[in-house]
Parts: sequence; structure tokens; C-alpha cells
Amino acid sequence: MLVAGFLGFGALAAAQDIPLGIAVASTVVIWALPGQIVFVEMHALGAPLAALVIAVMVSSARFLPMTVMLMPEMRDERHRAWKYYLAAQLLSLSGWTMAVVRFPQMARAQRLSWWYGFTLVLMVVSALSTALGYLGADRLPPLARLALVFMVPMYYLLILTGAVQNRSAALGLACGAIAGPLAYLASPEWSVPLAGLAGGSAAYLILKRT
Amino acid sequence: MSELWVLLALCGLATYLWRGPGVLLSAGIDPRSEAFAWISCVAYAIIAGVVSRMLVMPTGALAETSALERALGSAAALGAYFWLTRRNLLVGVAAGAAALWLLKL
Repeated sequence: MLVAGFLGFGALAAAQDIPLGIAVASTVVIWALPGQIVFVEMHALGAPLAALVIAVMVSSARFLPMTVMLMPEMRDERHRAWKYYLAAQLLSLSGWTMAVVRFPQMARAQRLSWWYGFTLVLMVVSALSTALGYLGADRLPPLARLALVFMVPMYYLLILTGAVQNRSAALGLACGAIAGPLAYLASPEWSVPLAGLAGGSAAYLILKRT
Repeated sequence: MSELWVLLALCGLATYLWRGPGVLLSAGIDPRSEAFAWISCVAYAIIAGVVSRMLVMPTGALAETSALERALGSAAALGAYFWLTRRNLLVGVAAGAAALWLLKL
């Protein structure tokens, strides 16, 4: 499931003339597909630096409640503190979801090493997928590049329609999907944070009212 | 070129600001607070906004496709995801990409 997203991301980065090294490094450094897509797309739109960094940052806000929930489950006196700060960088939705499922059947002392093993595999597979998507888009005929880039919107279209049971996710995604193109008409460079703020706040208000 | 690396480092740092403090804050923060509910709505809206703009008003590579082609590609992805497979994301995404390819041949 991750593979499809990162293949598409690699192709998108190639199509937007981002160097291969940056594309692959972003998978390790940002390690959040939405943030990486925002990074590449806003760079292509010529967005101001502040707008870009803020949009990338806010797009990963879900990580704070996720880390807050996960860290106490992994805590064990035998491990040093820095290991937890490094473990936090490895957090992603897939790793977190798997940890929530597996931790109850695991001894506390083993959880941190399991976390490192599992999330590092996820990261390596994702980095390889990024490189593969990039090289595919770069070397294959233009039509294949088009198809690979098209995987990015398809990936999120399916996640959006698949998430209808989770009301806050579905509403946030739906309101953002409407706000995105509208904000782009108003101001291309600022469209991403604008659409997020407007669409997200609308979704929040709808959630509160119902 | 090198400024892109700086930009990437800034973005990595900005993302880490949500992960790192979670280690320290673990006890003192309530993930179900209203502020979290709002900011996670904004986070979902940001990525949905970017992606829907790619579909509705594409720039770059996808600008070479017509709205009808993108709509048919989306329909193929949705069909493969919901009816052909039991919500297999990889198959759905691949079906969308393959459909766009066939339409363009």
C-alpha cells in the first residue's frame, strides 16, 4: 500500500524537476507522504518559503497525538532517552497502526527494538519505491511517466473514499478537496495553506455542529 | 540546487516538531483536545486540497491529459478498489494509472 504512494511520489518529483537525491532524501527526512507531496507541488508553484514550510509542517500535525499515545507504550528503563527521540523520527501512519495492533502481545522490553526493525524496513522500502518511481518516470516513455504521476491523485482519491467511516478524516478530506482548487484560483502560491485553513476549519465546524 | 537541500532540511525539522516533543510531552497532553481535532482537520484538508487541484486544474505532467481522461482514470481506480478487489489500494491505484495509459495510447 505504501509502495503505490511512494512510486507515484517519485514520478511526481521527476516530473517537477526535483533532483533524485532530494526526492529520496525527503522520504527519510520528512517521512510523511502528504508533507513530501506538498513540498514538491509548492516548490513547483513557486510558493514563498514561509508558506511552504508552514504547509508541510501542518500537514503532519497528526504525528503529535500519535507519538503521545505511542511513547508511553514503548518506555522501558533499560533504554536510553535518545533512542526514543530517534524512534520518533521513524513514526508514520503505517508503523503506528501496526504497533497499536502488535504491542499488547509483546513484552514491554521488546517493543522498542521491534519498532526499530519494522519502521526501518518500511522506510527502506519506501525510499526504494521513491527511487524506482523517479527513475521510471525519467527513463520510460512520456506516457508511462504520465501514468506514474497519476498514481498520486489516485492514491489519495481511494484513501479519501475509503475513509468514510472515520468522520473527521472524511470531512477534512472532502472540505479540503473542494477548497484546494478554489484557493488555487485566488492565489496559486498561497493556495495550499489557505485551502487547508479554510477547508479544515469548515470541516471542524461541521463536526462540532452534528 | 543546494537551496533545495536547505529547504528540505527545514521541512524535515518542521515535521520533527510534531514527533520529537511527543517523547517528552507524553504524559501532559490530551490527544483528544479541541485544538488537536481542529489541526488534524486542517492537516487532512491540506493534502486533499493539493491532490484535488492536481485532478481538477493540473499543472505540469498531468496538464497534458483532458478532464475526461482523468475522470475515466479515476472511475477505473474506484471500480477496481471497491468492486474488483476488497479495497486493495495498490490494485486500485494501478488500475487508474493503467486506464489513463490506455486512454492516451
